[in-house]
Amino acid sequence: MSEGRVVVVGAGIVGTAIARALARDGHHVIVVDGRPVGSGATAAGMGHIPVMDDSEPQFALSRYSQTLWDELSERLPASVEFDRCGTLWVAADDEEMVEIDRKKRFYDERGLPSDVLDSRALLREEPNLRPGLAGGLVLPRDQVVYPPCAARFLLDEALSMGSEARIGTPVVAIEGHGVRLANGEQIEADAVVNAAGWHAATLTPGLEIRPRKGHLIITDRYPGYLRHQVLELGYLKSAHGSDRDSVAFNVQPRRTGQVLLGSSRQYDISDPKVDRPILERMVKRALEYMPTLSRLSAIRVWTGFRAATPDSLPIIGPHPEHPGLFLATGHEGLGISTSLGTAELIAAQVGGRTSPIPPEPYWPARLMTVTPHV
Amino acid sequence: MPSSRAFDILVIGAGPAGMAAAVAAASSGSRVGVVDDNPGPGGQIWRNEGHKPSTREAAAWFEQIRSSSLDYLYATQVLGPIGSGVLLAEISGCAVELSYDRLILATGARELFLPFPGWTLPNVFGAGGFQALVKSGLPIEGKSVVVAGSGPLLLAVAAYLKRHGADVRLVAEQAPIGKLARFGLGLWREPGKLKQAIRLKLSMGATRYKAGCWPVAAEVGAVTLSNGPKTWREPCDYLACGFGLVPNTELALALECSMAQGFVGVDTLQRTTIPDVFAAGEITGIGGLDLSLVEGQIAGHSAAGDEVSARKLFGRRERARLFARGLDRTFALRDEVQTLARPDTIVCRCEDVCYSSLAGHGSWLEAKLQTRCGMGACQGRVCGAAVGILYGWTRTSVRPPIFPTPLGNLAGT
Ligand SMILES: Cc1cc2nc3c(=O)[nH]c(=O)nc-3n(C[C@H](O)[C@H](O)[C@H](O)COP(=O)(O)OP(=O)(O)OC[C@H]3O[C@@H](n4cnc5c(N)ncnc54)[C@H](O)[C@@H]3O)c2cc1C
Ligand SMILES: Cc1cc2nc3c(=O)[nH]c(=O)nc-3n(C[C@H](O)[C@H](O)[C@H](O)COP(=O)(O)OP(=O)(O)OC[C@H]3O[C@@H](n4cnc5c(N)ncnc54)[C@H](O)[C@@H]3O)c2cc1C
Repeated sequence: MSEGRVVVVGAGIVGTAIARALARDGHHVIVVDGRPVGSGATAAGMGHIPVMDDSEPQFALSRYSQTLWDELSERLPASVEFDRCGTLWVAADDEEMVEIDRKKRFYDERGLPSDVLDSRALLREEPNLRPGLAGGLVLPRDQVVYPPCAARFLLDEALSMGSEARIGTPVVAIEGHGVRLANGEQIEADAVVNAAGWHAATLTPGLEIRPRKGHLIITDRYPGYLRHQVLELGYLKSAHGSDRDSVAFNVQPRRTGQVLLGSSRQYDISDPKVDRPILERMVKRALEYMPTLSRLSAIRVWTGFRAATPDSLPIIGPHPEHPGLFLATGHEGLGISTSLGTAELIAAQVGGRTSPIPPEPYWPARLMTVTPHV
Repeated sequence: MPSSRAFDILVIGAGPAGMAAAVAAASSGSRVGVVDDNPGPGGQIWRNEGHKPSTREAAAWFEQIRSSSLDYLYATQVLGPIGSGVLLAEISGCAVELSYDRLILATGARELFLPFPGWTLPNVFGAGGFQALVKSGLPIEGKSVVVAGSGPLLLAVAAYLKRHGADVRLVAEQAPIGKLARFGLGLWREPGKLKQAIRLKLSMGATRYKAGCWPVAAEVGAVTLSNGPKTWREPCDYLACGFGLVPNTELALALECSMAQGFVGVDTLQRTTIPDVFAAGEITGIGGLDLSLVEGQIAGHSAAGDEVSARKLFGRRERARLFARGLDRTFALRDEVQTLARPDTIVCRCEDVCYSSLAGHGSWLEAKLQTRCGMGACQGRVCGAAVGILYGWTRTSVRPPIFPTPLGNLAGT
């Protein structure tokens, strides 16, 4: 082993993916987390792996990541519940159908398969949608995973390549060359990767990330009820929209036959309690698209926090002022999807190699307020 | 569209503790509501007995419930808090909002299931659950039954089954005979209990009662029992099995009441750590009928602001607690029954998680995330306590809703 020692802070899907990539490249990796593997945002997320079209950099990262998931899919254990169920974007009316056509052109131009559905085809694909919706677009290659087991798998791969995991003691500071743990222990390293999710800013001041709370509901098992991950076109408006609270219809079939229902977005709330008014809005929104959902038995509601950035792109790359410190956070609602691509970017940067995709759009420097030197 | 109802005092649970609490609270003239997911009052012990009480004591309490001025919400499940002083509930599939000034939690207990090979077979039931099935019509006449596990509930269930024509082959109590004898003597200090025990024993007739033995595996048509040195098969149509009780603390946890050793923590006036929320009965500690009743009365009086009446009952509660402590000591689970699961024994029925796949995880949270144990339809109601015993993990939080409910009920108005 010729490469250096790297500490990865955070054993969410992003940190574990990075650990795996670095270990493969020959680094000695130490993953540190104060809590169980994959129990942060990774435990809350839906695990939808789409290719997004909202900006070129988001497209580049999500598409690159999806191909990496494809490559990995053969080796994923059953517990990861990898399912290429595809995404179905629903257009409510003719106005939205125009947007479907734009989307179709976008994917066509970039060589990605997609199929436009008219009103009838839509119902054939998803009979539980309300009649009268205008149509939709299917992206058949989009996928779904169960995130906590995906993170566990990625970590296990890293461990099998000689990495270490220190689970149970949080990092209190990233200093000079390494990290200090809550028990006083110091871990020296050549490089440190801060992949602490929405807590990343507490360890690296100056990071512009805000927690963005989301609610999810899971139902009992109804095999065959749903075939694709189905989202309303307005989802992107909700994801990027202003500071206001928003909801969007977003529903996912699980391998178990369960139905996972989202999604809501609320800024700057750190209380994980279920927020009744927004949950009600979210359910109402879903029932407008899929009225029969109202009869399915809901067994559990939970919340989670996305790490949101001002420009809706993740923060991946070297810290502008601290050599040896790399950041990988700010993935908002796409961190499961883009974890594998993120890991390759970081591995290339730590190893001094050329990036597999242009890294500049995700560089931390674009968002960081410069801290005065002491 | 949820309708809404408002109460001065709302009692959740109409078992003995909830009945006593409601009657005491109503005597103050407050507007009192009683909620239970069963079609009538009675809880576990007096289930479906409203029209045909099994004892004089039960009859007296049903009579008091009838003659008190109370609002009944039966067949109503409380799903959880949805704001300060408001609970969401479901009545015949529909959502209803219940608001209160003061809340009394009397949500009782459920049976503890310990996984052993065969425990998920269709001829194996919880002891209390089996009794409930018979109460609601399962034909038992002439069927052979083994009742096994631990605690006074076994005797109660065996006696009930016999009265309804079952051929109860054996009652297998895991507690050693020595402990039982000491407890038996202790009963002299509790004359009411002694009478109950004797009556039970008499009505058992020819049924064998064996202490110091426990089930190790079940199959269709038989159970394998062991007393340590010896292991034998006992043919039976049904195995009714209970290893003790687990408090229904979900609602209290959702309200953020503090726990004490797994039960809802209360002060002398049965107040929880959350203002205006009281708790009584088995959720504050497993203690049997008398303790549930007197705790319920104290909670009812103190919720109604009548501290004087509440204090008069402290002595009675103290005596009942002594008995409860004796129960705890006598029926403590021996190590052997805590280690009955084999690697392939299912622990979580909803998600099909077996014993070996749970081993090696560091915490309930980790095991849950990696195996989905406790994430199915029952949300850990059955496996949660078993996992606590098998691995020493404790559940720290509950997720709403407390019971599954049609999604439409979460849509508000
Ligand atoms: C409701 C909801 C739905 C979502 N749906 C999707 C989806 O469908 N598809 C998708 O791609 N993404 C989705 N996401 C987003 C996705 O869940 C996240 O982007 C992703 O999990 C981020 O992973 P992470 O590893 O960066 O963060 P986390 O999973 O939060 O991991 C960070 C880790 O760092 C640890 N940590 C924090 N501070 C310290 C410290 N001081 N010392 C040591 N360790 C520390 C934490 O304990 C945690 O384990 C969703 C998110 C939410 C909330
Ligand atoms: C299965 C079983 C059978 C038993 N049989 C006997 C017996 O035969 N003889 C004996 O001496 N003792 C028996 N016991 C013990 C006996 O129940 C207790 O000693 C005591 O009577 C309990 O009183 P309680 O009021 O605290 O609880 P319970 O009698 O358990 O009453 C609690 C009530 O609250 C209801 N409830 C709970 N949560 C909610 C909610 N969220 N929404 C609406 N309603 C809710 C429950 O359905 C229940 O009706 C049994 C216990 C169990 C678990």
